[in-house]
Amino acid sequence: MRPVWTIARRELRAYFATPVAYVFIVIFVALSGVFTFYLGNFFEREQADLTPFFGFHPWLHLVLAPAVSMRLWAEERQSGSVELLMCLPIAAWQAVLGKFLAAWCFIAAALALTFPTWITVNYLGDPDNGVILAAYFGSLLMAGAYLAIGACISAACRSQVVAFVTTVVVCFAFLLAGFPLVLDAFAGWAPQVLVDVIGSLGFLTHFNAISKGVLDARDVLYFLLVIAAFLYANAIVLDLGRGN
Amino acid sequence: MIRADSLSKNYGAIKAVDGISFAIEPGEVVGLLGPNGAGKTTTMRMCVGYLAPTSGSVEIHGFDLATRTQAARKTFGYLPEGAPLWGEMTPRAFLDFIADVRELRGAQREARIEEVAALLQLHPVFDQRIETLSKGFRRRVGLAQAILHDPPVLLLDEPTDGLDPNQKHEVRELIRGMSSDKIVVISTHILEEVEAVCSRAIIIAAGRIVADDSPAALAARSEAGRLDEVFRSITTGRKR
Repeated sequence: MRPVWTIARRELRAYFATPVAYVFIVIFVALSGVFTFYLGNFFEREQADLTPFFGFHPWLHLVLAPAVSMRLWAEERQSGSVELLMCLPIAAWQAVLGKFLAAWCFIAAALALTFPTWITVNYLGDPDNGVILAAYFGSLLMAGAYLAIGACISAACRSQVVAFVTTVVVCFAFLLAGFPLVLDAFAGWAPQVLVDVIGSLGFLTHFNAISKGVLDARDVLYFLLVIAAFLYANAIVLDLGRGN
Repeated sequence: MIRADSLSKNYGAIKAVDGISFAIEPGEVVGLLGPNGAGKTTTMRMCVGYLAPTSGSVEIHGFDLATRTQAARKTFGYLPEGAPLWGEMTPRAFLDFIADVRELRGAQREARIEEVAALLQLHPVFDQRIETLSKGFRRRVGLAQAILHDPPVLLLDEPTDGLDPNQKHEVRELIRGMSSDKIVVISTHILEEVEAVCSRAIIIAAGRIVADDSPAALAARSEAGRLDEVFRSITTGRKR
């Protein structure tokens, strides 16, 4: 595991070496506040919970997580430093995991910095902090799934912009997999079993369950499996790259 | 010891490398020579396992590259073509990272970073971001990375490209100075470099080895005793 942390540390420093990290965090925290208080009608609801806050997280992560993951491999491929990295005595899975963990820690830091919202709701009323904690956990898990998808796509791209746009589209499909928007594309021709499987893959369904405070092992396992599957795919994409 | 056994690499219908074999013993400084596009970099990349060969195998220091990849990688230092680096890091942070990856520990670690930085004269820019450095400094940071763990095998792809004459001289001195018990393979198209540092020259053209001999013996093949004439006649298939 030591090389994994070495990679993760380097990667995390790389985020903070440029203003990008600070811009990202400010935008993330500001947008989550704006959404909660204006679009989410936090005050008008007169309920001491963070439902309006977490309700926007799937959409916030949808745009911002791909912005974090897009550079993970595409930047290295563009600059050629991927050759340096892959010729060090580090296994591909260690590099993949290290980079992913760095991105995940970064999002976790951004999430943690939304704590004033949590303080606000505790000041105003008496919310169920267990539910809030579960929702934070769910939000982090979902962001991790977005990042794993993004890391895998980034490994297949030389351009960060292409990686970003593709990731947003793929993540959007995963987010709404349980909804007609996606299901209708399969309902006409695919067998019912497949439609059901795709329907059960929706991020939103699983996240909503967790954010209500229902910490079902299956929802947690679901996100962890998505992360594992895409990180595995990420390593395969890198290995395919060795062929050309 | 590096052993390449009938290495080939196809890109679709194009044969970039076509059945290259060689064995290199400790103490040898080998120049991989050839015109641009001859397959030098492709060969180099297959020797470090960055590219998977279409067929053939590579063995470094007794480790088969395909099956014992990580063990093999611990035994060599590699400078990729163009010396790519992470621009947002400083040379200090970069060498620190490499030292972590190379598992250098304790007092030896600091001493070695210091030693390499002094050897390649990196101190004036040690705390500047790499992306702000001149080409010469970047190349030397790349070299520092390759030699940091004092590997028995060094593979350097165009190590003096972009350096001024003084820096070229220093890098050549550096290579000469450490080659007594090591294997050094440099890829280059600068013939004077081969004559200056190499004990053996492997000339590649169109993906095949067309000559493999000491630079002096190769030069002696021309009437005037000039390596460039021999190189030209071998790689173009024309007599002067």
